[in-house]
Amino acid sequence: MLLYRLFRPNPTSRELEQAYEKAAAGERLSLADGIRLIEDGDLHVLGALAHKRRMALHPEPRVTYIVERNINYTNVCITYCRFCAFYRRPGHPESYVLSTAEIGRKIEEMQARGGIQILLQGGHHPDLPLSWYEKLLRHIKEHYGVHVHGFSAPEIEHIANVEHIPVKETLERLRDAGLGTLPGAGGEMLVQPVRDRIAKLKTTVDDWIDVHRIAHNIGMRSTATMMFGHYETRADRIEHLERVRELQDETGGFTAFILWTFQPENTAMSDVTKLESHEYLRTVAVSRLYLDNVDNLQASWVTQGPRVAEISLRFGVNDMGSTMFEENVVSAAGTTFAMDSESIERSILDVGFEPRRRNVYYEEVAV
Amino acid sequence: MTSTTIPSVFADSPIIDLLEKAVADDRFSLKDGVRLFDTDDLPALGWAANHVREKRHGDVAYYLKNRHINYSNVCKYDCMFCSFYRSSIDEDGAWEWSVDDVLKHVADYKDSGLKEFHIVGGVHPDLPFSYYTDMLRALKREHPDVALKAFTAIEIAYFAELTGKPLHDVLSELKDAGLAMIPGGGAEVFADRVRYKVCREKADADRWFEVHEAAHALGIPSNATLLYGHIETSEERVDHILRLRDLQDRTNGLLSYIPLAYHPSNNRLEKLGAPDGVDAMKNVAVGRLLLDNVPHIKAYWITLGIKPAQLALSFGANDIDGTVTWERIYHMAGADTPENMTEERLRQVIEEAGRTPVERDAFYNVVTPAAGAVEEALA
Repeated sequence: MLLYRLFRPNPTSRELEQAYEKAAAGERLSLADGIRLIEDGDLHVLGALAHKRRMALHPEPRVTYIVERNINYTNVCITYCRFCAFYRRPGHPESYVLSTAEIGRKIEEMQARGGIQILLQGGHHPDLPLSWYEKLLRHIKEHYGVHVHGFSAPEIEHIANVEHIPVKETLERLRDAGLGTLPGAGGEMLVQPVRDRIAKLKTTVDDWIDVHRIAHNIGMRSTATMMFGHYETRADRIEHLERVRELQDETGGFTAFILWTFQPENTAMSDVTKLESHEYLRTVAVSRLYLDNVDNLQASWVTQGPRVAEISLRFGVNDMGSTMFEENVVSAAGTTFAMDSESIERSILDVGFEPRRRNVYYEEVAV
Repeated sequence: MTSTTIPSVFADSPIIDLLEKAVADDRFSLKDGVRLFDTDDLPALGWAANHVREKRHGDVAYYLKNRHINYSNVCKYDCMFCSFYRSSIDEDGAWEWSVDDVLKHVADYKDSGLKEFHIVGGVHPDLPFSYYTDMLRALKREHPDVALKAFTAIEIAYFAELTGKPLHDVLSELKDAGLAMIPGGGAEVFADRVRYKVCREKADADRWFEVHEAAHALGIPSNATLLYGHIETSEERVDHILRLRDLQDRTNGLLSYIPLAYHPSNNRLEKLGAPDGVDAMKNVAVGRLLLDNVPHIKAYWITLGIKPAQLALSFGANDIDGTVTWERIYHMAGADTPENMTEERLRQVIEEAGRTPVERDAFYNVVTPAAGAVEEALA
C-alpha cells in the first residue's frame, strides 16, 4: 500500500504542471486548467506567471489610474440583495435621491481636483422614469462635459422594465443623452445557483451578459467585475471568468476586469467568514492568466487596502482603479480604505512603476 | 528527502542564483541580502522564503493568547519615530501605572488560558528598580501560568545604569522576580548612522547585544526586531540582520525575528509615509532567508495590518503573534488595526492562508487543548 502510494503517478501534479506550461506559453487555459491552478497552484508561481503576462500586455513599467468621483444618485432599491449594506427600501427614513444641483456640486468639486469622469450608480428606484436619467445626463453633458461611466447592467435592465421598453432602446436613449460607458457592477458571481442565494431578484447571469453584449454591439465599452468570498467555490470563480472571456471573444467590448472580496458587515450575510487577502491575491493572479483577451486588471484597494494593492501590482495587476472621492457601498459594509491621487501615485512609485493618469479607455491623459 | 526543483517560471529571474542558494541551504552574504531587498521579482523572493519556511515548519502557523502591558509612556528619550512617549507625567496623554494598577488592568485574565504578558514601557526617569521587580513578582503571584516577557534591552540597559550594577546582576534579579523572556524591541536599526539620526540617546547597538547576550547566558531567551521603512538603506538592513545571525551563532538564544513596519503618524518622521506592502513582504522574506539559525519569523499583525500579515505567512513567516489586547505603541502612531483579535478570527485568518493554526506558548511550545476541551468543542 505504501509502495503504491509512493509510486502512483499523481494526476493532480501532472495536470498542474501542464496548466503552468500552458500559462507560461501564453496558451488559452481550459476551465479544467483554471480550476487546477486556483485550487493547487503555488501562490508565487501563479504570481510570477501573471506578472509575465501583464508585462507582455503592458511592456512599459507603468501603472495607470483615473481621477474619477463616485456618485451614488439614490440608495432606494427594490432588489434586496442579501450582500448589500447600502440600499434602503422606498419610504425608509434614510433613503435619498440626489438632486441635479447636488450632483452638479459634486462634479464641480471633482473637477477642481483634476477629475475627468464620474462613476454614476444607484439602487433600483421603482419610480424614476427613463426621462429622469436622460435629463440628468443632458444636464451633466451641457454644464460639465465630464465622461459619465454609469449604470450597471442591473440598473439598465431595471430602467428598461420601469419604462416597458427593450434594453437596446434604453441603452441607445441613455447613450444619446450622454452616457459614455457602462461599469461592470452587478456581475457579483456569474453562476446562477450562487446568484440565486445572494441576489434572487437581481438580473440573471444570462441577462447581465446580454446587457453588456447589447452595449458592446451599439459601440459602448464596459468593464466586468466579480465579487467573491461568499457562497461560491473556487471552481465557481473560474466559471465566472469563463463567462466574461466568452463574451469578450464575441464582442471585445470589455476594457478591464475588476475583482473584490465580499464585505459581510451589516449585510444579511454577516454569517459568512470574511476573506482577507490570501484568496484575493491568488484569484487576482489566476484571473490575469485566464482572461487572456481582457487587457487590464484593476487592484481593489477599496476592499484590500493600499498595502495589498501594492503587492498585487507584482502579481498581475496593471491599474490602481480610481480615486473615487467618496465610497458609499463597501463602506456601508464596514470597510473604509481611502486613497487620493497623491497616495495612489506614491504607492505606484514605491513598488517600482511609473504612475500614469488615464481615461476610461485606458488611454494616458496629460496631468 | 527528494531534491527540490525550482519552478521553471523563475529560470530567468535576476535572483535565480539566490533561489538556488536557498534550496541548497547555503548561507547568504551581505551582498546577497542587499540583492534580495533590491529585487523587483517579488514572487521569486516569496517562493524562496516560503520554500525555507515550509521546510522548517510545514504548514504550521503559530499564534498565542497574549496581553500587552504598556505600564507607562513616560520616557527619558525622544526618538524621532516614536508617537508613544511623553517626557513627563504632566504632559497630555502621559500615564504611569502603579503595581496595583497593573494588576487591576489584567485581573480579568486570571485562569483564562492566557500564555504571555508582553510588558514594555518608556525609559521612565523616576521609577526605582524595585518597581519593576515588584511588578513581576505581583504578576507572577496572581498569574502563575502566564509567562512574563518583559522589558526591551533599552529598558534593561537603563536599569543597569540606574542601579550601578552589571547587566548580569540586573537580569538575575529580574529572573528571580519572574522574568521569563525578553522582547525584541529597541533594536531599531543597529547602524550608527541611523541610530545617531533617529534615536541618538538610546543605548547603542553594542549595548543592545550585551543585554541579549547576558540574558541568553542566564537561560533567558529573547526575540529580535528591525524597525524598517524610515531612513535606513538596504545595506543597513542586511547588516542589522547579519549581526543578529552572528549573535545567534554564539548563543542560540533568539526565538523569533520580527520585522516592524515604521508607522508615520504623530511623530517627527511623518513626512516619510508608511513603508509599502511589497517592502513589508520583502522584510519578512529576507529575514527568513538570512536568519538560517533563528527558528521563527513573526508577522506581527499589529504593525503590518491583518491582511499583509496573512500574506506574510506565504512569504516566510510562521507566526502571526497573538490576541494582544490594549496595544498603545503602534496605535498612537496611527495603526488602523484593531487592538485585539479573537482566537477564532486569528485561526480563520491563518486557515484562509492555507495554513494550520497551532496555539503556542511564549516559548513556542505547542499548547495542547485541556482534557475535555476537544469533546466540549465537538458537543
